[in-house]
Amino acid sequence: MTSAIREAFPVLGRAGFHYLDSAAMAQTPGRVVEVVAAHDLAARANVHRGLHEMARLADDAYDAAREAVAGFLGAGADEVVFTGGCTLALNIAARALAGRLGPGDTVAVSRLEHHSSCLPWLALAAERGFELRWLAVTADGRLDPAGLSVIDRRCKVVAVTHASNVTGAVTDIPLVAGVAHAAGAVLVVDGAQMAPHGKVDPRALGADFYAFSGHKTYGPTGVGVLWGRREVLAELPPALFGGGMVGEVSDTGFTWAEPPRRFEAGTPPVAQAVGLAAALDWMAGLDWPAVRARLALLTRRMLDGLTALPGVGIVGPGEMEARLPVVSFTVAGCHPHDLSHLLAGRGVAVRGGHHCAQPLMRVLGLDEGCVRASLAAYSDAADVEALLDGVAAAIAVLR
Amino acid sequence: MSADLYGQAIKDLAAAETARLDSPDASATLDNPLCGDKVTLDVRLADDGRVAETGGAVKGCLLCKAAAAVLAERAPGLGADDAAALAADVAAMLKQGAEPPFPALAAFVPVRGHKSRHGCVLLPFKVLAKALGR
Ligand SMILES: Cc1ncc(COP(=O)(O)O)c(C=O)c1O
Repeated sequence: MTSAIREAFPVLGRAGFHYLDSAAMAQTPGRVVEVVAAHDLAARANVHRGLHEMARLADDAYDAAREAVAGFLGAGADEVVFTGGCTLALNIAARALAGRLGPGDTVAVSRLEHHSSCLPWLALAAERGFELRWLAVTADGRLDPAGLSVIDRRCKVVAVTHASNVTGAVTDIPLVAGVAHAAGAVLVVDGAQMAPHGKVDPRALGADFYAFSGHKTYGPTGVGVLWGRREVLAELPPALFGGGMVGEVSDTGFTWAEPPRRFEAGTPPVAQAVGLAAALDWMAGLDWPAVRARLALLTRRMLDGLTALPGVGIVGPGEMEARLPVVSFTVAGCHPHDLSHLLAGRGVAVRGGHHCAQPLMRVLGLDEGCVRASLAAYSDAADVEALLDGVAAAIAVLR
Repeated sequence: MSADLYGQAIKDLAAAETARLDSPDASATLDNPLCGDKVTLDVRLADDGRVAETGGAVKGCLLCKAAAAVLAERAPGLGADDAAALAADVAAMLKQGAEPPFPALAAFVPVRGHKSRHGCVLLPFKVLAKALGR
């Protein structure tokens, strides 16, 4: 089964190439590249603005892409906002909610967050005068349910990641949603790491916003999605201003377009959205229970193999329950940067550093960061063995 | 091959202990936000305004630590202009293939071919220049 999946990715045919950096950016199927090129060669025009044939083709393709994302999320197309990436999606959500926040209010953000999910709120806290409260994590890098008690009636927004880009821990979103909604808060979920692992249903999870990126979901760069619960989007002002998000403009003001376009100022990433739809279509053809089971076995092997090496510590849960195939680790006496570079010399692509998660690094005491190996549907046993051999060899060089 | 970067000379240098100075005459910190390296350098100045002694703290990879150790050896006697020139010379060694400005830096010649690591070696040299007002 893996070989059939791997064949869809021309780059994986390179000999001696072991790509374990999919949490930063997944590889993309050749088919997706072809679809993007075909769109640009045959239907390249701006959307929503023209009556000529190309414009109509572009409109149809863009609308179909929105429908495809809606299908992936079990949502309505009117709830799907295309953005330039997950970071932009999360910033748009924060900006749109900003007017509701002021002195006396709080926003609760988990310590697991990627900078894209916590910095918009830190920046707004300074601007709007509300208090930012950090939700605690456990020593093994999961959101600590006990820490949810800081969410009280003053809390207006809760921002959590569906899955950590560092520890791989999957957050119990329904639990957080229950607490957030009981306090009257809006729940913003960063799905950047979860979406690459199969369909998600943000409404059923209890989210009010759900963001993910195209490039981690086997799609193109330059596109992301902000899903917003219809009832919530309807009440919010636009976050960015320009063409496409507007109704009527007078000398003194303007009316807003209906969602989702209210949140899509300017020319959207049309070809990239079409490519994302192709990527989601490719994902839909996979047997996800089988993919997940296989990746779980590979993850178990990584955890066991790494733990058996001298000085290795796993950053994240040791058990397989509610965790993604994302494994971060440290090696005593070996800096993550040196380890990653030595692995790269053996064709093993991993990432070392703070992973855009400094608040988490600090609380876990990871002053120098950690190394992260992350799998995707195309990862195989050879990738994992190359990693384990490579780490063992790197330790021998560095010690 | 990246393993050739980690010769015994580099590893021995990186193992050197450093400590902050008590009440230094000047201090500076720089970090490399992409990789998380962070170097703080404390400087005690002689009467002529040149470096008498350095101390500091390095949070960084082996290459960064080794470079900081070489710098600590070399720094006494340097003035602000010398420190700025030295940082430029180390950059030229890495990026333009120039000769190492002094023999101990020869251990870093293999880093030339690894552009993503130039910043690790340069960081301590930039911090000294900054501490001396450059
Ligand atoms: C958990 C998480 N959130 C957000 C982002 C940012 O996504 P993007 O690169 O699409 O802006 C990333 C990617 O690095 C991530 O891992």
